[in-house]
Formats: sequence, C-alpha cells, structure tokens
Amino acid sequence: MSLKAPPSPASRSRGRGGQSARPVRRSRGGLARLGPLPWIAPVVLLILAVVVWPIVELIRTSFQNISISGVVRGSAGTEKYEKLFDESGFGHVIGYTVLWTVVVVSVTMLVSLGLAQLFNQRFPGRSVTRWALIAPWAASVLMTAIGFKWMLNQTAGVLNTVMLDLGIIDKSTDWLGSQSTAWPWMMFVAVFVSLPFTTYTLLAGLQTIPGDVYEAARIDGAGPWQTYRSITLPLLRPAFLVGVVINLINVFNSFPIIWAMTQGGPGSDTSTTTVFMYKLKETDIAESAAMSVVNFAMVVVLVLLFLKVSRWNEED
Amino acid sequence: MATATQTAGPGPVKEGPAGPAKRTVRPPRRGFRPRSLVIAAFAWLLAALFLAPYLEMIVTALRPADELRDRTYLPDKLDWSNFIEVWRESSLGNNLQVTLLVAGGSTLLVLLVSLPAAYYTARMKFRGRKWFLLLVLVTQMFQPTALLVGLYREFYQLDMLNSVWTLILTNAAFNLAFAVWILTAYIGSIPQELEEAAMVDGTSRFGAMTRVTLPLALPGVVTAVIFTFISAWNEFVMGLTLSTEPDKQPLTVGINNFIGAYTVQWNYLFAASVVAIVPVIILFAFIERHVVSGLTAGSVK
Repeated sequence: MSLKAPPSPASRSRGRGGQSARPVRRSRGGLARLGPLPWIAPVVLLILAVVVWPIVELIRTSFQNISISGVVRGSAGTEKYEKLFDESGFGHVIGYTVLWTVVVVSVTMLVSLGLAQLFNQRFPGRSVTRWALIAPWAASVLMTAIGFKWMLNQTAGVLNTVMLDLGIIDKSTDWLGSQSTAWPWMMFVAVFVSLPFTTYTLLAGLQTIPGDVYEAARIDGAGPWQTYRSITLPLLRPAFLVGVVINLINVFNSFPIIWAMTQGGPGSDTSTTTVFMYKLKETDIAESAAMSVVNFAMVVVLVLLFLKVSRWNEED
Repeated sequence: MATATQTAGPGPVKEGPAGPAKRTVRPPRRGFRPRSLVIAAFAWLLAALFLAPYLEMIVTALRPADELRDRTYLPDKLDWSNFIEVWRESSLGNNLQVTLLVAGGSTLLVLLVSLPAAYYTARMKFRGRKWFLLLVLVTQMFQPTALLVGLYREFYQLDMLNSVWTLILTNAAFNLAFAVWILTAYIGSIPQELEEAAMVDGTSRFGAMTRVTLPLALPGVVTAVIFTFISAWNEFVMGLTLSTEPDKQPLTVGINNFIGAYTVQWNYLFAASVVAIVPVIILFAFIERHVVSGLTAGSVK
C-alpha cells in the first residue's frame, strides 16, 4: 500500500471541471448540503484551542510583567527580551543548541544510511532484527534517557563496569557530572533514539528505487561503491531530506533527554534553548516566554523547510 | 514515490511504481550465501545493542535491593517482588491511573474528531481543503515543547491545571495530525464505487460508510489508535508542565520524580519503567510498517 499525500477526490471525477460534489448529489444530498463544517470543525476547533491559542498567549506573555504567583502586573515592553539576551549563559546556550542539533542530526543521518543499507539486505532473521531496531522508537524517550542515566551511574552503572572490564577506563567515572563528558553521552542518547525513525524512513526510500536501475548499472559494469554513489544516493535524496528536516525539528525540541540526565546542569552548562526556557519558567515566566518565542521562530523556519522538501500538495 | 520527482515527467505519476518496484528489488529466494551470514551476524549484533538498554532496565528491575550496588552484570537471585512493591510503596499507582485515563481518553477523542474529518476530506473536494490539510500538517510539526509556556498560561487562566481533561485535550490535539493524515490516505485509497454499490442495494449513506468503508479502512484506524495511544502514554513535557500535584501527574513524570528523591531506588524505578515500556514496544510492532508514511506526510512511501 502506498500512502502518499491524500489523493484529491477531484482526480476521480476529472474531466468535468467544477462538478466536484457530483457523487454526493446522487446520494440524496445529505453530505453536500451541510458543507464541510460539521465534518472538519471539531478538528479545527481542537487545533485552535490547543495549538493556536498557546501561540498567541506565548507572544502576549513575553511582553508582560507577571509575578511568581501568576498575576499580570502590566506591560513590560521589550524589557524581557533585553533581560534574556543579557543573561550570562545565553550566548553559551545558543551555541550549545546549534552544536547539539547539528552534531546529533548529522551523526544520525550518517549512521542511518549505513543501517538502512544493512537492513535492506536479505539475511536470516531480518524481520526479528528489524523489530529490535524499533525499541528506542516505541519506548518513551524519557525512559530511555533515565535508563542511560542509570547505566552511567558512577557506583554501579553497567557502562562503567563494561568500560572497566575492557580496560577503556581505570576507575569508575561520573560521566554526567561534568560538561565535557555529559555532552557526548547525551548526544549519544539523542542519536540512539533518532536512529529507528530515520533508518525506517531511508528504508522506505530505498524500496522505491526500481530494481532495473541497478540491473542497468550492473550491465554497464559499475562497482558496488560506484552504484551506491551515483544511483542509490541521488535517488534516496527525497527521503533523506525529509529525514533531515524532521530530525532537525525533533532534536531541536528534545527536552526530555537533557532534563532527565543532567537537568541542563551543572549550572546551565548542558542546557539547550528549550531546557533554558524551562529553567527560566521557575523564576520569571515572562522571560521564559521570550525564550519560547525565539524557539518558536526557529521551529517555524524548520517547518517551512519541511513544507518545501515534503511534497504534501504535489497533486495540485 | 521517491522516483516521481527524479523523472519529473509531465502529468502526475500514479501510485503504481512503488508496488512492482518492491518486488523487482528482491532477488529470487535461493538459500543464503556466506556473505549474507556475515551480514546477519553484524545485524544481530546491532539488534542486541539496540535492545541492551531495555534489557538492563529489566535486569535492574529484578535486582534485590541489597545487590543494587554490586558491580555484577547479573544479580545472584531475582527479586520479582519489586514489581508488586513499587505500586504499594510509592504513589506511582496514581500516576499509572492518570496515564491510562489520558492515553485512553485522548485516543478516543482523536478518533471521534478525526474520522469524520478524514472521511469528508478523502471523499469531497471543498473550498479550503488544501488549507485544512496544511493546518493539520503544520500542527504535526509544532511540538508541545516550544509552546509549553503558552500552554501553561492558557490552562492557568482557565483554571484547568492538574486536570486529567487538560491532558486529554492537549494530547489529542498534538496527535490529531497523524490520525487525520493516515485516515485520509486510507479512506482515499478505498474505491468510492464500493460505497455506491452498497447504496444501490438499498443501504443508507451512513450504513455504507460504517459497514463498507470503515471495515476496509480498519488497518488505518488501528494504526491511528495505536500511534495516538503510544504517544499519549509516552508523553512527558506537557504532563510535567500542566500538572504540578504529584498525584495528578502521568506515569512518566512520576517516574522522573523518583530521581529527585534523596536515594534513588533504581530497582523500583525500573520495575515501574518496564511496565511503562514493554507494552508499547509490543504494540508498536503492529503498526511499524505504516508509521513512516504517516509521519513524513506520505512524502517518502
């Protein structure tokens, strides 16, 4: 079954431009007379109430003075934004967010290319191994992060034990206690939970490459690496791009991993902008809203990028 | 459909190529050669690595309290009582109850609102159809994290913090897109002629909808249901922000609170985690094939 953008019903009754409600008219009028509203209104209402309203509220809050207990104390102008940009850790947090997103997404994409290639081969037990691959996807990201926190525990963490036994380290280490070792581990966890979705996306992309293209390459005497570079990679481009953008959005927003493993600490040494936003919420919710507005603007850019690379409306 | 853009020929490419292509990629079955055994060994190793963190959680959940600090890979004896004690000793039982209500409630709500919308969108062409689909797609990309402060302020003003209803509404809203998208694609792929034939035989439109189209769209409905349920079950940030009273928080937040305690009882923590993780991994296996197309808005598959 091929599930692409929902096919437009118009394509079925094509050739009669404009007579789109044709099948309905035949069915005693019920559907068409009421119009689309009763059918789609509940969805639109829910989106307005839970997605659009908070966006408005977010922007409004960022220009207000709000007490700890939540009472609005008049307008703050752009004061909260100035306070945010003057925050001592702010530059560092922005830098770390960029680094976090770029490193995690790049590594995820590279490793997934390899995994997709591997799991596209035929070998005994392929379906079982593919099933094992989905575990980090299905399980809550938070739980996976907590699992790694425990495995990195200094006293009894199994990863410390393994590394001691392999002679990689001499003595048990508090990996999450300092910024320089906490970063790589959290990035590792972020890659780990992003791999299944990305690999499956690329696998779906690989399946759309027709077999006769490879046949032709073989006849022309192309080696495996050459075939991969000049056939597989270019044809995989659409799936790859969609994977990149969806991962950018997810990784940029991945709050639970950092929150569970270090809470962004020590200090705000390991905070991304979303974690920083959450910490600000405890002290000044309006400043936190200002941070959110910045985050939200980032997400909007990424969403526009997604709309560009996905072909959601290619039928029209 | 990835090839569609590459060839970029005139006219839309119908859904055909993906089907036959899939078959031609696979070589005929004739036993496995040594090369594929090497590949298999590598793949099995990777699969084990992917499962390892979850197996370690299960092992920890079975460790007796006095063996928690031992640097051993496996405990000397297994302590199954952790699975019972954790619910008795902590308040996680309340959190599990909240999670069940929220996941069940939001799944039901998603189904109730998305089925009619998907049916209409798949069957009718109407003004604003494209805008509706765009709105739905964009909400899929907006995750709650960036909107947390706005969500908090909204439900604070409505005096609806610490309410199961709030979590049901919010979880439903952020998972609507996937359901609408996948259901529209499924229903759209079912020939309308089937419904019309049933109506010629004297069935009402509603009867045709519920007794002809819906059963055929069942795989899509099941996918939407399981996906929504899992997302709501796993949700953390909204639960953390919109519920501040420990008893009103979902299981993920409750488990995370365990870490804040003075001495973390890891065996209890993971006994609860295993309950939170294992069912969804098994459920997910049923829908894995359909999820990619739903999440990428069908642009990959």
